[in-house]
Amino acid sequence: MNMNQTSKKLELSLQPGTSIIGKWHKNNYRITRRLGYGAIGAVYLCNFNGKQAALKISTSGSSITMEVNVLKTLQKVQGNGSLGPSLLDVDDWQHPGGTRCSFYVMEYVNGKDLGGFIQSHGDEWLGILMMQLLGDLQKLHQAGWVFGDLKTENLLVASSPPRIRWIDVGGTTQIGRSIKEYTEFYDRGYWKMGTRKAEPSYDLFALAMVMLQIYYPARFDKGNHPEKMLMTKLSATPQLKKYYTPIKKALYGTYTSSEQMRRDIASLIMQHSPKAQKPTRIGQRKAAAVKPQHSFMESIVILVTAVVFYLFHMVFI
Amino acid sequence: MKKGTLKQILLITDGCSNRGENPSAVAALAFEQGITVNVIGIMEDNQRESDGGLREVEDIALSGGGVSQLVYQQVLSQTVQAVTKQAMTQTLQGVVNQELKQILGPNQSLEDLPPEQRGEVMEVVEDLGETCDLEVLVLVDTSASMNDKLPTVQEALFDLSVSLNARIGRNRFSIFAFPGRKSNINKILDWSPRLDSIASVFPKLTSGGITPTGPALKEAMYQFGKKSLLRSFRNEHESDVEEA
Repeated sequence: MNMNQTSKKLELSLQPGTSIIGKWHKNNYRITRRLGYGAIGAVYLCNFNGKQAALKISTSGSSITMEVNVLKTLQKVQGNGSLGPSLLDVDDWQHPGGTRCSFYVMEYVNGKDLGGFIQSHGDEWLGILMMQLLGDLQKLHQAGWVFGDLKTENLLVASSPPRIRWIDVGGTTQIGRSIKEYTEFYDRGYWKMGTRKAEPSYDLFALAMVMLQIYYPARFDKGNHPEKMLMTKLSATPQLKKYYTPIKKALYGTYTSSEQMRRDIASLIMQHSPKAQKPTRIGQRKAAAVKPQHSFMESIVILVTAVVFYLFHMVFI
Repeated sequence: MKKGTLKQILLITDGCSNRGENPSAVAALAFEQGITVNVIGIMEDNQRESDGGLREVEDIALSGGGVSQLVYQQVLSQTVQAVTKQAMTQTLQGVVNQELKQILGPNQSLEDLPPEQRGEVMEVVEDLGETCDLEVLVLVDTSASMNDKLPTVQEALFDLSVSLNARIGRNRFSIFAFPGRKSNINKILDWSPRLDSIASVFPKLTSGGITPTGPALKEAMYQFGKKSLLRSFRNEHESDVEEA
């Protein structure tokens, strides 16, 4: 959020092939391409000793330092888990134009955005991915932190096996403090559904909004009756019908821990339906796609048989 | 380090001043008194950041030691809280930098420390930002052209109080509008811990094209209590030097 700096200082734009050599640790990172940019700087894909890594660079040294602090804490928490990308290096760099930049290098998480993943792999993945996310949040909360700026853009699904990962930890805040960074659509303060104090239920509200956002990619405004708007949108989404109760509880701040919500979602997914299993949407689509091919093959077989019989008939008469 | 009170003026305007003292000079004076001046310039939908008319916004904040931002009114809420918080960090960082210079010598600043130690210093800055007391005086330009923007401003101020009241430290807010009917500024809300009592506080607008930003800022300066964090730090340093 380096407001007036961005307008005054030159916009940092690094060309592919640029070498970033750290002032303190002297490591050499070669820029491959830009992955994205946010409130405090840009993230680039880079190459270090033949390996891919993500490099976040900004003219605001203090913002970089604060994010690094969070990443370091997460590393202490996670053990062998996946709480945020792992931190590889922190350093400064002098831009040829004279600007002093700070950067850090982290593990490159290659994956698909959540909405795209659900769309191509099917709605049944939503519950599973949310369970993974709730598991990670539970660990984070237990360590005394809240993710804060939880939103679809900060989540990626790494493939084989599909695993949800969070990629931007800039909003991570100690429990009991005020949320460091948030995005209105996911913020319960904006929806007048609660405070901006960092507590587990703050993240769970945002998680519920992530689930809604998948089916409302363009998002929606709060209007004059924020609470009513949320409930209307939730009820109007057939794909979320299954999760109606846990989402509603999360929106109203009823859950005090991620584990409670995780258990609720798990039991909904595991629920044994007494009726015969309906084919899933993907399954139906596949079946539909295969059928015409079958009948085509059938006609060929019939045709060939007919011809063979006809030939036999010709020969024997 | 003892905890003090951060003092900020948040000026919300949509154009340039045209009456009285130069607002940048007044802002510089306020900063000397330990009050940071932040400015948010609201742009019309067809206006660009490069328009010269809003150049003043940046100048006032620069000499007031604060943060400035030009926005369209749709994103005002998030900007108001971001600017306020960023200015707090900036001020506290300045204070901590001063301390560092005392310890490490005049040519050392936060950026000269290796990244590892910088992290520890920033933790101190963050702790201070979360726990210090804060006084924000919101100074709203209510000249005619702001008319249609005031509901958004009100919403943004409510939102600001939601953000700041999630902090551990205490807050006090007050709201003034300018130009006033008889004086330079009009009190709308006296110092209070919350801003949710401001439903329909903005008066019917009376004024025409007068925007006396400078005089209004000066008047706002006098609305603060005497002791400020910056000044108390400065005084401490002076006494340190004397003792040495």
